[in-house]
Amino acid sequence: MKSTGKVTGIVSNLVTVLVDGPVSQNEICHIECEGTNLMAEVIKVNGKQAAVQVFESTRGLKNGDKVTFEDKMLEVTLGPGLLSSCYDGLQNDLTTMTGVFLKRGEYTDPLNHEKLWDFTPLAKAGDKVVAADWLGEVKEGWLPHKIMVPFSFKGEYTVKSVAPAGQYNIDAVVAVLTGADGEDVNVTMTQKWPVKVAIKGYREKPRPSRIMETGVRVIDTLNPIAEGGTGFIPGPFGCGKTVLQHAIAKQGDAEVIVMAACGERANEVVEIFTEFPELIDPHTGRKLMERTTIICNTSNMPVAAREASVYTAMTICEYYRAMGLKVLLLADSTSRWAQALREMSNRLEELPGADAFPVDLSAIISNFYARAGMVVLNNGQTGSVTFIGTVSPAGGNLKEPVTESTKKAARCFYALEQNRADKKRYPAVNPIDSYSKYLEYPEICEYLSETVAPGWVEKVEKTKNIIRKGRDAQEQINILGDDGVPMTYHEIFWKSELIDFVILQQDAFDAIDSVTPMDRQKYMLELVLGICDKDFTFEDFEQCRIFFKEMINLLKQMNYSEFKGENFNKYQEQLKTLIDNGK
Amino acid sequence: MANKAYQRIYTQLEAITKATVTLKASGVSNDELAVVDGRLAQVVKTKGDHITLQVFSGTEGIPTDAEVTFLGVPPSLKVGDQLAGRFFNAYGEPIDGGPAIDGEERQIGGPSVNPYKRRQPSEIIPTGIAGIDLNNTLVSGQKIPFFADADQPYNNVMAQVALRADVDKIILGGMGLSNDDYLYFKHEFESAGALDKIISFVNTTEQPPVERLLIPDMALTAAEYFAVEKNEKVLVLLTDMTLYADALSIVSNRMDQIPSKDSMPGSLYSDLAKIYEKAVQLPDGGSITIIAVTTLNDGDITHAVPDNTGYITEGQLYLRTDPDSGKVIIDPFRSLSRLKQLVQGKKTRDDHSQVMNASVRLYSDAQNAKTKLENGFDLSDYDLRCLDYAKAYATRLLAIDVNLKIDEMLDTAWELFGEFFTKAETGIKQQFIDKYWVGK
Repeated sequence: MKSTGKVTGIVSNLVTVLVDGPVSQNEICHIECEGTNLMAEVIKVNGKQAAVQVFESTRGLKNGDKVTFEDKMLEVTLGPGLLSSCYDGLQNDLTTMTGVFLKRGEYTDPLNHEKLWDFTPLAKAGDKVVAADWLGEVKEGWLPHKIMVPFSFKGEYTVKSVAPAGQYNIDAVVAVLTGADGEDVNVTMTQKWPVKVAIKGYREKPRPSRIMETGVRVIDTLNPIAEGGTGFIPGPFGCGKTVLQHAIAKQGDAEVIVMAACGERANEVVEIFTEFPELIDPHTGRKLMERTTIICNTSNMPVAAREASVYTAMTICEYYRAMGLKVLLLADSTSRWAQALREMSNRLEELPGADAFPVDLSAIISNFYARAGMVVLNNGQTGSVTFIGTVSPAGGNLKEPVTESTKKAARCFYALEQNRADKKRYPAVNPIDSYSKYLEYPEICEYLSETVAPGWVEKVEKTKNIIRKGRDAQEQINILGDDGVPMTYHEIFWKSELIDFVILQQDAFDAIDSVTPMDRQKYMLELVLGICDKDFTFEDFEQCRIFFKEMINLLKQMNYSEFKGENFNKYQEQLKTLIDNGK
Repeated sequence: MANKAYQRIYTQLEAITKATVTLKASGVSNDELAVVDGRLAQVVKTKGDHITLQVFSGTEGIPTDAEVTFLGVPPSLKVGDQLAGRFFNAYGEPIDGGPAIDGEERQIGGPSVNPYKRRQPSEIIPTGIAGIDLNNTLVSGQKIPFFADADQPYNNVMAQVALRADVDKIILGGMGLSNDDYLYFKHEFESAGALDKIISFVNTTEQPPVERLLIPDMALTAAEYFAVEKNEKVLVLLTDMTLYADALSIVSNRMDQIPSKDSMPGSLYSDLAKIYEKAVQLPDGGSITIIAVTTLNDGDITHAVPDNTGYITEGQLYLRTDPDSGKVIIDPFRSLSRLKQLVQGKKTRDDHSQVMNASVRLYSDAQNAKTKLENGFDLSDYDLRCLDYAKAYATRLLAIDVNLKIDEMLDTAWELFGEFFTKAETGIKQQFIDKYWVGK
């Protein structure tokens, strides 16, 4: 029997309910309000009083309104058809909703129940299976979407029968399994899973050992992120967080991309809706939208659902990872999620931690980041969830609770810098403060030496050193004046500018420059380092400046040209002549 | 908002603060309006049968035996074409001596547009100001604030932008406007002969601060009527959002909520986002564009209000006085329009974005030269040229009193490049140099 209750108090979207029976933490309930049902989640219980956060506006709600508890936690529906979809934070399909405005209490089905999928069996009668083992496969676009033993199944099952190859909808029974107790269970193409619980069902979670290419030079070359790794991008507003994230979403070397727009601008999501169905995935040549799922809870949508949205996104990622796929999760922005936690904690009148955030903020964030990672599945194949979140620190000050907590949890740090953004040096990632812990992993160094170039990591370190020295030289020049420093200072400074303009800066809106594959990144870095190794002689700093500016100009034109194409080679020839004359 | 005969009247207040009253009542719904001692109030909290009401005009002089009646409905506005050309207070009542509006009654602060049903903003809103059109192009459906110090002429610039912009309706939401500024807007609109497309909701400094909380929702409810029903291009001006946030903090403070940064409520981000996110490009051609003002304390953008705003809006515009030319300009470094790339080079000439970037970069080189000069160093030939360029750039392009078409701005920029720099120094893509370079 489901418990029921009555509303006894309302402050914005926090509602207290007097419950007549058992109730569990994080249980979902529905509140009847003016003829519609509002979904809510239990976040605190005190005696017979349950505090619930309502995922909708509570306008018009009255004390005494009826509440029904559902005896389950917030769940998502998993199955073929998740890709190319656009959901709100609670996995309602936004595309099938009627009307221009969102209607309160309108819940739509996340998956299409009529659509037929081409099913191919992978298991056969008599096989012993456990949760997450593959039973069959359907083609979702070009992706092999595995139909798995539901994650909630405990212990070993024996396959009694699997449906023959053919077309089925998601509700058709595609396999019958027999449990240890001898009972038969039907398996369809869909299953449900509570979002706040991590999906296990894999053999082990090894350290990441490969790089995930993003086509963004300042990431791939200087501070690469591993496949199954975690990273975060903090930065004040206006520094290009979202542009950078969208670039990663467009170019990232992943088979499935889930974008969680969490408490951000609706127009940014519209940009994805508009562009992704048109843009081509550089790795497969298919439309970007085919590999993308969007979870969209923009800043004007209800706060409580914002908190749910990141979990919904992560659960979908874990589902695809269990199929042995490379998944990338992008969340913009995790600060909004933290703020949602703060708003609720505040209304619950909990004792606040730093900046009024809940005291367990750090634990919640690390827990969430820990759900990413590379896994070895029960059948020996690997899958991965790479997670990159953005953080919007208040006042651009990185000494605030969300940034600090995230720094402890994420392995890559891409610090966006106001100063670089002001100078329009995009992407405004600070090359010195940012880091990738993965460069310290021996297995990653080895991987880079094998796949990119021998001794690659040393080259990267050398590049960073030139930038560091250039910064020092610039400071000296600023203090002592152009004439007050030796000529070598100017040369050191301009060599770092060369790296800045040619390697670090990248035009996200130029068709060619925006995506730089790894071989091109290697070519350009080696070219630039080659120049940096040369000693030039200049009569004065003015000559030095003009010489380097011309070099930068030619190298930038190369960045804008097709790799090793006619123009590219032409500019490289000009560059060679310039250098030969300059020596 | 007269009392209705069958309504129950309560006469026992349990608690009174500066902004709220609490009483025992039953059958009350969240967000509904009430009348306390003749003043309009709204339900903000219920706990058992204890109801807390926020009294918009303040609680001065309210006795514990004040009469309280509940109206059963949330705040609303009567909408119709007759709104055009009228001035209203925070409750949507006429203050221009004209007749009451006879139209459909709509709840304010209604639901948001399904993000999937939105369209990508793609229409440019030209203003003739190069600091906007050239560097930070405004797009219909965008939301963007001016970040300005109290002494800067933000209201004048905003009025100028509004009157030059090519839109069907302009809706002014004035929060804590000084009476002088209110009259200034009124006069500007009247003398431009544009009164028939302007609607104003005004709360002046003479009126109670909590009333301001209604202004943005009133203005945006009117905006939604014209944008959704009439498919019109609507421009909403909100000034000053900092005073709106101050009113929010007053109410949350009186409700004993734990303040977060700068004594603002923890929900500040969501509260502001709910307003700004009403900016939208609708599928049927209508749009709502929001230009707001956020006043700063001595340029401090790390304060909670500008900081949260910056994360919500699609860019921000800074005003400053250029020391070389003495003109008020829109700061090219810190200002940003996030939607500009949707129109630059697509709805404008192909060289737009490269010209914009080069001109700002060279202006930034001039700032470096200036630092050198201030530190007593010799300037190179390049530095000197940069300084000359910066002055010309500020005077001929950036100054807000310059009124040019976008193509003219681009041409002017190329003239400046040719006058002061070599081709390589601009760092512009070769194809545009070949096409547009003027001079040697």
